Amino acid sequence: MESSEKHLKDIAVIKQMMERSSRFISLSGWSGIGAGFFALLGTAVAWRYMAEDEDLSTEIFLIVDWAIVLILALVSSFFFSWRKARKQGEKFWSPVTARLVWIMMIPLFTGGALSIIFIYQDLFQLVAGITLIFYGLALVNAGRFSHRETVVLGITEIIVGIAAILWHRYGLYFWGIGFGLFHIIYGIALYYKYDRQR
Amino acid sequence: MGSPSTINTTDSVEMKNPIEGLNKLFESRIRLGVMSILMVNEWVDFISLREYLEITDGNLASHLKALETNGFIEIKKQFVGRKPKTSYRKTPAGKQAFSEHLGALEHLIKKKS
Repeated sequence: MESSEKHLKDIAVIKQMMERSSRFISLSGWSGIGAGFFALLGTAVAWRYMAEDEDLSTEIFLIVDWAIVLILALVSSFFFSWRKARKQGEKFWSPVTARLVWIMMIPLFTGGALSIIFIYQDLFQLVAGITLIFYGLALVNAGRFSHRETVVLGITEIIVGIAAILWHRYGLYFWGIGFGLFHIIYGIALYYKYDRQR
Repeated sequence: MGSPSTINTTDSVEMKNPIEGLNKLFESRIRLGVMSILMVNEWVDFISLREYLEITDGNLASHLKALETNGFIEIKKQFVGRKPKTSYRKTPAGKQAFSEHLGALEHLIKKKS
């Protein structure tokens, strides 16, 4: 029946246009796994360094360490998502991507500003928790325009962040768990749900 | 997937389909696509629509005109800096027409299978 084929294709067009205009579906599971891997690596490096000598340079070392982790995590997650978009025949950069970046920027810049203020005010022990909490808020926002699992990850990061402030002595380890372990779990979940069968 | 061939511009499909609920205006995949986008968004500007649908300006403009004439979408013109920006939104009538069309499509497919 050719008309029923047309109807099926019409439905497919409707679905494609709704998704393309409202959700960033090119987020790859590998993006989460990559980001988590670098965060764990960064935590391990920091942990070893701190085990060796605990002097004033520790804070500077941690800041540099986290900055490198951030850059590597961003580059790897952009790369994997870009690659997935190309495989799906979708554009990586679309009006939806722009909106997604914009709504993440607000909590991320707020968290970044607070972190810098805390570092200057010698409240360094709060920084791990603050970065986790505001990153979690950014993810909760982002979940409206992407996979729903992102909201779950966001809430998890907020909880880990609060714990990191409550037990700030162990901030580094909470940071490793939040940015490392949970990113990897999230990445694997995305991979099995969205990437594998395509 | 996103090849331009998924959208054809043939408006000349015979109008002999008297099936209830199917809207002739949505026989064009571009108009169908525009309405799909507007169903899940508030205001969408012309350039975004063009990017999602992967078609040319002139082509999109004529389809938007048809939807507007039928009262399915409304238009807002504003200036961002010095650049004019035109945005579109579904009207309640457009929303209802689309929902009915989609319902009819689903119904037809279920009946066939």
